[in-house]
Amino acid sequence: MQTTETARPRTALFVTCLVDLFRPSVGFAAVKLLEAAGCEVHVPVSQTCCGQPAWNSGDRADTRAIAEQVIIAFEKFDYVVAPSGSCAGMLKKHYPEVFAGDPAWQARATAFAGKVSELVSFLADEMGMAAVEATCPAKATYHDSCSGLRELGVRDQPRRLLASVKGLKLAEMKEADVCCGFGGTFAVKYPEISNAIVGEKAANVEAARPDLLLAGDLGCLMNMAGKLKRQGSAIEVRHVAEVLAGMTDAPPIGEGRR
Amino acid sequence: MEVRSPQFRQSAAAALDDARLQGALRQVRSRFIDKRAKGVASLPEFEALRENARAIKNHVLERLDLYLEAYEERVTAQGGHVHWARDASEARGIVLDLCRKANARVVTKGKSMISEEIGLNAFLERHGVAPVETDLGEYIIQLRGEHPSHIIAPAVHLNIGQVRDSFRAAHTHLPPDRAMEAPESLLAEARGVLREKFLSADVGITGANFLIAETGTSVIVTNEGNGDLTQLLPRIHIVLASIEKIVPTLDDMSQIMRLLARSATGQEMSVYTTLSTGPRRRGDLDGPEQYHVVLLDNGRSNMVGTEFQDMLRCIRCGACMNHCPVYQAVGGHAYGWVYPGPMGAVLTPTLVGVDKAGHLPNASTFCGRCESVCPMKIPLPKMMRHWREREFERHLVPADFRRGLKLWAWFARRPFLYRVFAGLGMTVLGLAGRRRGRFARLPLAAGWTAHRDLPAPQGGTFIGQWKRRRGAGR
Repeated sequence: MQTTETARPRTALFVTCLVDLFRPSVGFAAVKLLEAAGCEVHVPVSQTCCGQPAWNSGDRADTRAIAEQVIIAFEKFDYVVAPSGSCAGMLKKHYPEVFAGDPAWQARATAFAGKVSELVSFLADEMGMAAVEATCPAKATYHDSCSGLRELGVRDQPRRLLASVKGLKLAEMKEADVCCGFGGTFAVKYPEISNAIVGEKAANVEAARPDLLLAGDLGCLMNMAGKLKRQGSAIEVRHVAEVLAGMTDAPPIGEGRR
Repeated sequence: MEVRSPQFRQSAAAALDDARLQGALRQVRSRFIDKRAKGVASLPEFEALRENARAIKNHVLERLDLYLEAYEERVTAQGGHVHWARDASEARGIVLDLCRKANARVVTKGKSMISEEIGLNAFLERHGVAPVETDLGEYIIQLRGEHPSHIIAPAVHLNIGQVRDSFRAAHTHLPPDRAMEAPESLLAEARGVLREKFLSADVGITGANFLIAETGTSVIVTNEGNGDLTQLLPRIHIVLASIEKIVPTLDDMSQIMRLLARSATGQEMSVYTTLSTGPRRRGDLDGPEQYHVVLLDNGRSNMVGTEFQDMLRCIRCGACMNHCPVYQAVGGHAYGWVYPGPMGAVLTPTLVGVDKAGHLPNASTFCGRCESVCPMKIPLPKMMRHWREREFERHLVPADFRRGLKLWAWFARRPFLYRVFAGLGMTVLGLAGRRRGRFARLPLAAGWTAHRDLPAPQGGTFIGQWKRRRGAGR
């Protein structure tokens, strides 16, 4: 690559606990996309989780301890990018609130929050990426994950970039912007309600008759894939980064090795 | 009204199994959401109005005492009476007292959620006064002995067949072979029955969408005209309002009004907007002889200055519940008290205690759609999270969930150990699920796998693989 070191922003990948644990291929797709956009990618290996399960369960003390750990590990970089609207939203929108009442840490969290982005919107909005080098001959539908959409304004960026994927046809489903029913711990705290909501989502996905369901958050994807597969659907489910990076060699979410 | 919120889980399960209810709930999606979207799209300044409306209410909430006293002064100056009620019991007492003084036997009622909040109907009945709901939806559920399942569409949980059955059972004075197929015929029937009640009522009780401090006016917004007949025909008009309904001026009311109907039903304005300022004056053609306002606090003043103050901006449009995936799935009754949906999830714990209503702020995916459609920009998910914090502090969270969370957090705070155990766990799970790529059943994951498969991990963690590929330390 011809770009000089100084021109390449030092970009830290916050890979998210779900990608780290369940689908490392999404992390590698994110690295590839960030490098293609001209970033110098760093992965602080001390990262675990953004703390959202604790935050949304009302456990402020643990949230704070985890948030401090994340800020310390990541604040030295130019950008912090996560392949998830939910986790990026946590780092960007909620961390400053976690430190309410502690002006020194709150200022630090606010400065940190200014560096945080969700992956696809970062590529499009911050790095000016208008197209990707990827091929994926399929009819796809895209689900807007809630936090990315409503906290971070991720909506057109993934659709724009997906439009540049060779062979990919995007078919909008009904109520693409309605929650899939995952909601983190909600899915296991209120499984019946979560199931009713993901049932609606699965019906909307099926009605769009896609080959491929895409979204930007692995939690939602695992929920939707889990429901679709339980119903015997043949629709493949992937993180949007895998398609944008042209890395669709790993089996889709919820599918085994053939 | 009995608080059934502790049984949320059971009520929700029953609601999900109720095919008739599920059919009725489909209407919420089609009826309200598209109409609101159109109503909002037709008003370019909608966003700017939201900002203004929020500012107006925030301004009021910083000076609530001042505006309430100014309002009282104006009402009194115009011959009306303001009664302050600290809680539900005081409010009920005031209303009954007024009814008794008027020797009232029949009381007509316009739609009022405050009436539901204070449990007025049951109380009046116990004391020999017959309340008659005149809003069609409220009338229907009164006949059925039910409570509203939605704050602006109280009978949204019913289908027309159920309404027909209720009318047949209640209106025994009408010929049994009358035509009841068309919805219009049911409407006409209710009208006919209610007409007599309007004329015979001694007292009319309405709610209030706004109270205006500068003029001492109460405002109701309706689509049926029943509110006008309720407050104009009887000798006495009683307005039930909670203290946060106050706005400084008519202009302020007009601004918020432009948001209200659009957010609720997508209408530009509701069909009737009625302003009441005091009793009938000399020369007025109609109007009540007495005009009373019961101002209810019921815990609201305690919310001022806390993290729940923003909730007092609520104008009861119902947009949050219409757009809530949880409300859409289980309906309003599952919430177990007066206020359902996201606004109820925040308000109910304040009014009945988080120990009883703890499920409500938890039963949310935090999808944020409620906040995004709230005309008053109330941060509903944030306030639900505040309730979760209070529950966590008070150890109201189920012990096993708390233990699980603490264990996870313990590891999340220790990257080295987290790495060791997570790497091991994912390798095992990855191998176990390698062929099928998912689990239909898994120990400790029944909540998940009861309804959907759990996708198997690819095996090995990202961080582990990254370290191997790039060498540690980068």
